[in-house]
Amino acid sequence: MSRIKSEEEFRKTGAYRFLRWYRGTKDPYIDEVEMQEGEIPEQKLTNEEIERDKKLAKEQAYEYQGKWYKAYNKLYFLVSIVFCITLAIVMLFMTGRLPKIGTPDRPSNNEVAQVYIENGIEDTGAVNIVAGMILNYRAFDTFGETCVLFIATTCVMMLLMKKEEDIRSGKIANDRIYEPKNDQILQKVAFVLVPVIFIFGIYVILNGHISPGGGFSGGALIGAGMILYVSAFGFDKMQKFFNEETYKVVKVAALCTYCAVITYYIYMGANDLDNHIPLGTPGMIFSAGIILWLNIFVGIEVACTMYAFYALFRRNGL
Amino acid sequence: MEIMRNFPCISIILCMCSAIVSSALPGKWARRLNVTIVLAVITLSGGTLVYSLAKGYETVYKMGRFPAPWGNEIRFGVLEAIMALFFSGILLLSVLGGSKKLKEDIDNFKENLYFVLLDLLLSSLLALIYTNDLFTAYVFVEICTIAACGLIMASERGRAIEAATRYMIYAQIGSGLLLFGLCILYDITGHLLMSNIKTQVIILASSGQYHIPLVISIVFIGTGLAIKSALFPFHAWLPDSYGYSPVPSAAILSSLVSKGYIFLLLKIFYRVFGLNIIQESHLFNILLIFGLAGMIFGSVSAILEQDIRRMIAFSSVAQIGYIYMGFGMGIRSGMVAAVFHIISHAASKSLLFISSAGLTDASGKNKTFKDLTGAAYRNKIAGAAFTTGALSMVGVPLFSGFISKLLFAKAAFETNAMTMVATLVCLAISTILNAVYFLKTVARIYTPATTEYETIRFKDNIPFGVACILFIILNLILGLASDPLVEFINRGLMMFS
Repeated sequence: MSRIKSEEEFRKTGAYRFLRWYRGTKDPYIDEVEMQEGEIPEQKLTNEEIERDKKLAKEQAYEYQGKWYKAYNKLYFLVSIVFCITLAIVMLFMTGRLPKIGTPDRPSNNEVAQVYIENGIEDTGAVNIVAGMILNYRAFDTFGETCVLFIATTCVMMLLMKKEEDIRSGKIANDRIYEPKNDQILQKVAFVLVPVIFIFGIYVILNGHISPGGGFSGGALIGAGMILYVSAFGFDKMQKFFNEETYKVVKVAALCTYCAVITYYIYMGANDLDNHIPLGTPGMIFSAGIILWLNIFVGIEVACTMYAFYALFRRNGL
Repeated sequence: MEIMRNFPCISIILCMCSAIVSSALPGKWARRLNVTIVLAVITLSGGTLVYSLAKGYETVYKMGRFPAPWGNEIRFGVLEAIMALFFSGILLLSVLGGSKKLKEDIDNFKENLYFVLLDLLLSSLLALIYTNDLFTAYVFVEICTIAACGLIMASERGRAIEAATRYMIYAQIGSGLLLFGLCILYDITGHLLMSNIKTQVIILASSGQYHIPLVISIVFIGTGLAIKSALFPFHAWLPDSYGYSPVPSAAILSSLVSKGYIFLLLKIFYRVFGLNIIQESHLFNILLIFGLAGMIFGSVSAILEQDIRRMIAFSSVAQIGYIYMGFGMGIRSGMVAAVFHIISHAASKSLLFISSAGLTDASGKNKTFKDLTGAAYRNKIAGAAFTTGALSMVGVPLFSGFISKLLFAKAAFETNAMTMVATLVCLAISTILNAVYFLKTVARIYTPATTEYETIRFKDNIPFGVACILFIILNLILGLASDPLVEFINRGLMMFS
């Protein structure tokens, strides 16, 4: 609706046609598009049920209202603005006094970075110094980071996971039935793209010690591929090759082997024993000792985490 | 003997490994694995303690082939070993005492996930205790935070979810501030390893270079960890998180999680900045003031509370105030008292939470004082346990709380007049307030009443009874034979700096 022109005049303008195309109510090739709406059953509650729900809500959650609460809210709003501005001023004031970026005498340009750059390839066998740093020099930190992903999935599972039988029998409220299914365009695109994404992800993981990339980025790619697949073809097809059991087996196997490798590496390193893992020729695919293997395990964990988040939020199960 | 130097590292990795395996096990086996692992960690920590005592100075252990600052490093002495020993012991007793309640509170098929969280929580606490690297500390702070969120919302019911959300927001702000602080510190010193940072910080402090970023990083790290450990003005997340989460979670959160952050802060004081620089930045004074305020206001809120779990939770605010007051004195004996109070509070607060669950069970699961009347007659062991915990919290001689109050009072005499007066007055007021609400509850549960609630006997819930008895013994030992522990803490702090 335009404010200056009348409705009929406005309908003739290009802006209106653009708006309709943008909103999806008209397609330039097929003309009018009808939006199909699934039937959403209306729930009728009796007064008793409403009363019961209200009582339940009162027991389980706080109810904030009243004059004081409104005043408090306003005060809170003002104080938080003042606080944020003060914090921003303090931080800006401080940033001006930090060492200048790009100057050679910055404190962080010290022997630590120097050794990473000079001895990195020799020590770890990885051409990608970052991979050498996170998976060899500071392997324990990265194991911790992988455990952060692991525990995040565990928490989401704890909150959202429902039993597989309950999901299948429709006991749990489910709004996926109203989604459009078998979208031709999406399926065709996914058919072409998903294998490419998977292969690219595997390439990024396996070349993590040679080129930029590694377990975290490669795993994210594979996870994205899985999400694309499942959005195009649905969970039933996905479950033919990746269900809860496979998820558990893959993830536990990867993390357990990861843990074993890390334990071996730390124990041997800390007691100054020889760790018998050959470093190989830098630049070859089978080189860099544990880095290649750790990249694979990290990749599996990241892919599983990405997919699990998507599946849990969408379906309350894997 | 030399093999013992591997123990801390093995105990951390053992916990992580058991968490990974637990995620594929059924709930019952996950619980058994958890108990086994915690027992193993207790043994390993005991070994570490023996080793550190025999060695007499701190052991540096490189995690991997490369020495720090290039690789990771953990560093341990007497104090770290004692902390690991107590933390794992209290975790074991809490899980034992709350195991039956836990089954009622969470879905059967999710029980193993709860133990995954517990295992990872223990591993992160151990890593926070042992680490000598600020980045490793940050990684494990994250694990600890997420695990704590999971433990709070494990029952998936109304207010538990709300409490978990609130905890998550607070904890994220805390983590964010901590991360800012660490970034600034890295920028001005160029290191992440605590010992190297300290060398650089001393140079910076003497030359006066980067003075403002240094002070701001101290403030950010201090505030971040204070938020996460619920120091007084930042305690809004605490009562709900402890009041509505499953019992073992409440016991573990109050006695271990917040203490883990406090111990990290202590480590940062000693290992990263050194007490002198913190003293110059006046952070100690701020902590002292907020600690004293927390002691009073926490107790007042606890007196006003009608719900027994929330009352115990508010009492935690007061007790954390005590610990920060010990830090705030800025002297060795204050720190010793604070560390002793970390242990004694952990022992009595988890006892209180566990026994309050026994009392509420004997009162038809109602948590208000009205229903609790006479509960100690209906569940005798819980009544005895609650009384022990309450007496310990109030600071009655024979119990652990008395020793920590004595240590605080002794330490106060070594400070300047102003601090001494303030500390002693607040200590006295807070003790009286503690007595008001704890003894009120004890009197209430021992008031005979005629109700229809069922009596719970010892044999109805044997693990609970055993856990209560062990907790009572632990409290009595801490109260009666505290000298060796105080001596160990003294030696540990000496090794620290």
